[in-house]
This record gives sequence, structure tokens and C-alpha cells, in this order.
Amino acid sequence: MTVLAPPPDRVARSSNPTGGRSKPVVWMVLPALVMFTAFGVVPLLGVLGLSFTQWDGIGEIKPAGLDSWTAVFTEPGLLHSLWVTFLVMALSWVFQTPMSLLIGVFLAAHKRYRGFLAVLYFIPLLLSSAAIAITFSALLNPNFGLGAGLGIEWLNQDWLGQGNLALGVLVFVVSWQFIPFHSLIYQGGIRQIPTSMFEAAEIDGAGKVRTFFSITLPQLKYTIITSSTLMVVGSLTFFDLIFVLTGGGPGDSTRVLALEMYQTGFKANLMGPASVIAVILVLVGLGLALLLRRLGGGSSTDSQLEGA
Amino acid sequence: MAISTRPALPRSGEPAEVDQRGTRRRSALLRWNWIGGSFGWLWLVVVMLPIYWIVITSFKTRANYYVQNPFVPPTEPTLDNYRQVIEADFTRYFGNSLVVTAGATLPAVLISFMAAYAIVRGSAGSRFLRSVNGLFLMGLAIPLQAVIIPIYLIIIRLQMYDTLMAIILPSIAFAIPLSVLVLANFIRDVPKELFESMRLDGATEWGTLWRLAFPLTRPALVTVTIYQGLGVWNGFILPLILTQSPEQRTLPLGLWSFQGQYGVNVPAVLASVVLTTLPILICYAVGRRQLLSGLTAGFGR
Repeated sequence: MTVLAPPPDRVARSSNPTGGRSKPVVWMVLPALVMFTAFGVVPLLGVLGLSFTQWDGIGEIKPAGLDSWTAVFTEPGLLHSLWVTFLVMALSWVFQTPMSLLIGVFLAAHKRYRGFLAVLYFIPLLLSSAAIAITFSALLNPNFGLGAGLGIEWLNQDWLGQGNLALGVLVFVVSWQFIPFHSLIYQGGIRQIPTSMFEAAEIDGAGKVRTFFSITLPQLKYTIITSSTLMVVGSLTFFDLIFVLTGGGPGDSTRVLALEMYQTGFKANLMGPASVIAVILVLVGLGLALLLRRLGGGSSTDSQLEGA
Repeated sequence: MAISTRPALPRSGEPAEVDQRGTRRRSALLRWNWIGGSFGWLWLVVVMLPIYWIVITSFKTRANYYVQNPFVPPTEPTLDNYRQVIEADFTRYFGNSLVVTAGATLPAVLISFMAAYAIVRGSAGSRFLRSVNGLFLMGLAIPLQAVIIPIYLIIIRLQMYDTLMAIILPSIAFAIPLSVLVLANFIRDVPKELFESMRLDGATEWGTLWRLAFPLTRPALVTVTIYQGLGVWNGFILPLILTQSPEQRTLPLGLWSFQGQYGVNVPAVLASVVLTTLPILICYAVGRRQLLSGLTAGFGR
């Protein structure tokens, strides 16, 4: 990442080797570049640097070599939080993708309902994660929540008090928040598929199910990749939701990487090991983004409408 | 997040829908009526029930809340919960959120717009601009949480810890990559001839930026502003880590501490949820069309 960013002081001199046309505009990029460098690029390098130090968050920063790295990798906490992160990611993808696709297909075909549904579907995206977490923890409260209030036995469980249930609740709340958004992405993708393809399928005698799997799904390849990338990379950033909903608990059963980092750094005051976890978080995020791009098969700018 | 670029969504008058007959035929083909439909409506219920519950419960008295069926509206609606929330310093949190959101979003969109303009106009002749563009694109994949420790250190060193500025500066930085990406896509759609004629008229790039690109990309600017504003308004981790005193709390943090304080008083907690969401809902009602179409276009690329 650093290779791409010449230090700001070199900018003025080396910015414009070709001269001419681009000169008058180059300076316009500088405010954004400076801000992003100061609070994006520098921290990114800083977190790597801090992972080789010892710091309690207040006092002096001392170099510590690989101490933090060995500490993090010899403790079970990291592996566990990696596993939980993966679980949350995989489960929320598995639950959200088919649902969003189905609803997207429905929305694309029904212009009449689309506007109405889209308005209401968008509401969960407007709420803050803190508000959503607070709402659901009140709804699921075993004593005063929905189960107790309606007197329904199976609803009345200690949803957030048992590891597996809490994880399930988390996936559900994430889906509650994001399925509408992904449905809208899919319906946008479906409406881009040329009508002629569906007509051809009909002439060839394909049924609805066959049409869906042979036309709709393959044509949505890039939409699926976009939506999955947002889901997967986004799932790494469920900090606030989990923090307010379960605090990582019960025990450590919903303690994802970001939460593990927070606990290590800002609760246990071990900024060195916390930085190691942060570096891992960055690598996981970048790795996943690249992997999904790869799955897209080379250049995703190729038109998917080819031959239409 | 490496958002794959794809052919642009037709933003006005989708060609597929111009042909009335074609549309009807396609919808007949697409009609997975009962599966997709039932899921669509079912999920609507799933989405709306908690929201309905929040609103009605926020008007219930505590006693009412404990004994009544949760989905039955209050028998004796009360505004007491709202009064209690407002008295608990919510106006201050509200003001803080307003300052942080405006203070971060407007500069962020402004400098992103300038950067996007420079990237579109100058990339052909400047390797530097292409590198900056690449840097921003990669910035999309950096999760804010992952760099929060160095940001904390920087903010301490700048002696900004526990100020609203501490939230504003990193918020600006993290709004830049996506804003630049979306705005650049829109500026690219401005016909080259228009730029050319501006140049022939003797306009500077700065003048062209404001008199040509700005009006033509205004829908995108509004979308990006609302989207980033929403993110900052709802932001949690920056205030959590970079501020400490109740005087500097923003709304999401205020919600959280309020829940810790009045946890058992569910109606009051839910009233606070309503109050924090209301301004966003109002903005949404006003800018809905713009936001929906802009967002799907931005992410569809």
C-alpha cells in the first residue's frame, strides 16, 4: 500500500512529469490525500509498527521485538476469535444471500410493490447499530421481552445468555439489518439483464426454475460478487453491534477479532498484542477482498451484457 | 472492499422498461410468485415488527409495559419517557452529533469531490494521480477498527483526546475513499465536449469544477453526503475510544450509556432510540428517492 503513496513533501516536485494539461488539477487532490494519509495510511503503517512495541496506552512506547507476536500466537484467544469471526461471516452470508436473491427477484418482477417495499426495507439501514442492538436485547430479554410478554414458551429463552443462541441471534440481527439492502442490489442487477435472454429461454421451453438457474443466476455473477464482498468484508466490521448486543459474551462466544482487539488494547491495556490482532484484521480484510475479486475472474469491467 | 466495477446502471429511463410488452413478458418469466413473494412480504413483517414495537412501547408507562401484550398499543399513552430522555442530557448529545456529522461530512465530500475531479481530469497525464486513485481504492478495504489504536495515539499526540475534533478528523479520512470512487464515476459521465467548450471559453479548471462538474453531479453529491452523514451520525467506535467525558458524547454513545443506566426502564430506553433515529427518518423522507437511486447506482458499478 505504501508504494503507491509518495510522501507528501515529494508530491510537488515529482507530481507531474508530463507537464501540460494535468498540472492545473493535480493540487486539487492534495487536501483529500493529506487527510487520508494522516488518518488512514499513517495509522495503517503505525499499527504494524506498534505491533513490535510495548505500550499500555498512556505511558512510554518501548520497542519489544516479536514479543507481542509470540504472545498473541501462543494464546488461544486469537484462534478462537478467528473462528468466531469466520462463523459470523459464513453464517450471515449463507443466510443472507439466498434470501436477498429471492426477494430481489420478487422485487424486480413486481414494479407495483417495489417502490413501497423499498421505502420500508431501507429503514433498518438508517438505525445505528447501537440502537439496533439495544432494541433486540430488550426484545429478547428473558424476563421482560417478547417471549415473556406473549407467553410463548419457545420464544422465552435466555437468547443472549447461551453461546450458540447468542451467535444465532447475532446472525439474525445482522440479516435483519442488511437483507433489505442486498435485496435492492440484486433487484438492480436483475433489471439489467436483457429481456431478450428471458424471451430466448422461453422460446427454448425453459421453465421458471430452469430460467432462474440458467439465465438469472449466471447473469448476476458480478452482482453476487459485489454483494458478497460487501457482506464478507462488512462482517469484519460488526464491532458496535456485537459490543452493545453481547459485549462478546456470553463468555467469549461472540468475541470476534475486532472485539478481541478492543478488549486486549483498551481493557487489558496491552496495545502491542492488540496491534498484532489489528494487523491480522487488516490482512484478513484485504485477503478476502482480493480473493473475491479473483473469483470474479480477472477484469470485472468486462461487460456481462456481452452477446446480448 | 474491492467493489467490482460493472457497466453503469442506466440512471434515467431504464431501456428494459421502455418496451411495455417486453417488461410484461419478463415479469411473467421472473414470477416466482409464491416463493419470492411470500419471502418478500414475510421479511417485511420481520423488518417492521421490531420498529412498530419500538414506537408503541416508547409511549407506554413502565407498569403498562410489564403487564400488557407487547404488540398492543398503549392503553394510556404517555410522553413521560420522552421527557425523561430529554432531561437526561440528550439535547447535548444531539448537538454534539450534529456538530460532528456536519463538521465531518461537508469537508469530506468537498475534498473528495475535488480529488475525484482531479483524478478524472488529470489521470491521463499524471502517474501521480493514478497512484493516488489506487491508494484510495485500496483504502476501501481498510476497516476503521483495525487502525483505531494508531489513531488513538495520533489524537493523543495532537492533544485532541476527548474533543469533538478527535471524532471529526478520522471520520473525514475514512469517508474519502468511497466518496471519491462514487463521485469520480459520476464526473466521468459528464460529456467531454462540455469540458472542452469550458476550456475554449477560457475557464480555469477551478471554475470548471464549480460551474460545470458541480451542478451536473449534484445528485451524486447529495447521495454521497447523505450516505456519509448517516455513517458519521451512527458512528460508535470513534466516540467510544477517542472521547471520555459525558460532555463530548454523541448520540450512539449516549444511547449505550443510557441503556446501562436505565436498562430496566425499557420504554425510556426505546424513547431514546426513537429520538436518535427521528432526524434520520426525516432526512430519509425528504431525500429518499435520491438516496435509493443514487446508492444502487453507486454500488452497482
